[in-house]
Amino acid sequence: MLSVLRTIWEVFLHAFRKRVTIQFPEEKPRLPPRYRGRIILSRDPDGGERCVACYLCAVACPVDCIALQATEDSTGRRYPEFFRINFSRCIFCGFCEEACPTYAIQLIPDFYMSEYKRQNLVYEKEDLLISGPGKYEGYNYWKVAGVKIGGKDKGEAEREAPPVDLQSLLP
Amino acid sequence: MNGLYQLAVVFGVLVVALTIAAGLIWLERRLLALWQDRYGPNRVGPFGLFQVLADMIKIFTKEDWTAPFADKATFILAPAIIVVTVLLSFAVVPFAPGIVVADLDIGLLFFLGMSSLGVYSVVLAGWSSDNKYSLLGGMRAAAQMLSYEVFMGLSLMGVVVLAGSFSLTAIVEAQRNLWFVVPQFLGFLLFMIAGIAETRRLPFDLPEAESELIAGYHAEYSGMKFGMFFVGEYLGIILISSMITVLFFGGWLGPVLPGIVWFLIKVFFFIAFFILLRAALPRPRFDQLMSWGWKVMLPLTLANVLVTGALVLAFA
Amino acid sequence: MPWMFYLAGAVAVAATIMTITRLNAIHALLYFVVSLLAAAVVFYTLGAPFIAALEVIIYAGAIMVLFIFVVMMLNVGERAVAMERSWLPGGIWVGPAVLAAVLFAQVVYLVMRGPGPEYPRTVVGPKQVGLALYGPYLMGVELASMLLLAGLVAAYHLGWRRQPEQESKETHFDERRTAVGRSAVRAGTDRPAGAP
Repeated sequence: MLSVLRTIWEVFLHAFRKRVTIQFPEEKPRLPPRYRGRIILSRDPDGGERCVACYLCAVACPVDCIALQATEDSTGRRYPEFFRINFSRCIFCGFCEEACPTYAIQLIPDFYMSEYKRQNLVYEKEDLLISGPGKYEGYNYWKVAGVKIGGKDKGEAEREAPPVDLQSLLP
Repeated sequence: MNGLYQLAVVFGVLVVALTIAAGLIWLERRLLALWQDRYGPNRVGPFGLFQVLADMIKIFTKEDWTAPFADKATFILAPAIIVVTVLLSFAVVPFAPGIVVADLDIGLLFFLGMSSLGVYSVVLAGWSSDNKYSLLGGMRAAAQMLSYEVFMGLSLMGVVVLAGSFSLTAIVEAQRNLWFVVPQFLGFLLFMIAGIAETRRLPFDLPEAESELIAGYHAEYSGMKFGMFFVGEYLGIILISSMITVLFFGGWLGPVLPGIVWFLIKVFFFIAFFILLRAALPRPRFDQLMSWGWKVMLPLTLANVLVTGALVLAFA
Repeated sequence: MPWMFYLAGAVAVAATIMTITRLNAIHALLYFVVSLLAAAVVFYTLGAPFIAALEVIIYAGAIMVLFIFVVMMLNVGERAVAMERSWLPGGIWVGPAVLAAVLFAQVVYLVMRGPGPEYPRTVVGPKQVGLALYGPYLMGVELASMLLLAGLVAAYHLGWRRQPEQESKETHFDERRTAVGRSAVRAGTDRPAGAP
């Protein structure tokens, strides 16, 4: 019985505490750098698209909000023909970011995405692509991958030995 | 002229009671927010006051859906009963000298009778919805309100003995020297607990416990019919606060300020206290509620009546 | 206010007729509540406000709620309504209706013959009721209270489960549940070899 009275008193004292509410549009909350908000597609330091259209993000997505179509340029570099995220479905779980092998898809600390029309929440590749590398500054997938693309042959990637020449008998 | 004055009082009480009930929607949210370190509604208009208007527009324009499996007539009757009984109870509440709709000799009994008729609203709503959760809510409400009604009436008998009348105006006048909360502190506590149970407010909102019964007896209600239950609940809070003020805290009596102001101050204090209880206390289990009522409250109430009667006899 | 008296009386009679003729039990009970409320108004017009209030609080507010509570729990549905209908064929209520009509005629005759109903100008307040109950009718009050006490004790006895038995039940409860759980586990693992 006494504990009930004490509870009432303690709750009453909360009237004099500081309020924790952040008055959003006027007052912005401080979001940590790894906050999972709006999804972006990043570029490598050279300015090329990081995404290699491997579909892993689309597979990992629990709500199926990612749609893309892979294609290649003439030199064999894979990229998405279109890349579409339906943010009215997205639950910002971050699984796509974890699944991505090239750090292309990233979640950033931004959630101000209200729209009057639902269709406006479907973001195309041009809406998603940013001009920088996002959270991973120096990483360039095509520089470390042993795939031949235009301007880089086999064995020319970083920390990659040249391929064994099968025609030669020299060790 | 007298008839005109009476009419003005009736309309005044009606308008003020309904306005305060609507305002309580805002007040309750703001106060709960205050005690939970939040702001509550503060966007619509100054301090969010127009939130009330927004809510009213919303509830008036919502689809008023009657379930096809419901018992139509009873389903529609139920929300009307709660508002009617509570508003009728306001008829006997003396707000200030002269400002009372009907100064009945048996005002207190009238209040008790109306509050006991209020049970029908909940029970019939629960039954006519033809929904198991609603039925459970209605059953709980019937059991809870019947039990707590018993000592709600009995806890007031001490006041009646001291004042020597069932008329609420006479009871207030009898407190000119000493508020009845002092000699009848136990009665005050018991009446307040019973009053909370009677209005089905937290922590005794088991008939509509949302975590177990969805919304209990009003699960099938929508639109203005749901709004009637809402308004009925808030009117009930105002009524119980007014009754506590009248019976134990000297009604309109107070220095300097006019009577009606004192009355409103006291009523708002108790409304705020009810909201504080809601913010602070968890809901008991239903069997705890019932056994607490019958095994603790009822004996205490009877002892209170007995001791008060004996003392009055001894010193009178 | 004779017209109020007659109005309330008419409401009471009409509501009571509806009570008898409704097929749905809850509707019948609701009409009965209305009838009781009308009776309370009748008491009030006759100068007995205390009894009127008690009528509302006790009969309409408490006892009828219990009735409705019980009927609610029984969950009478379409089937019960059909059954009621079969119980009330055309001719069966002729007898009671004739008897009631005779009684009604008697009442009408008495009312017409007498010099109009006398309304007592004195209002019987709670004080008079209390003095009457604890004065000349003290024995009746005591007898009624004994009866209620007997009912209370009987209800307590019926609702009382023997304590030790209940305790032993409670202590066995966990054991039994774990036994059930164990057997369920066994049922899961004891599948015949080779079963999928």
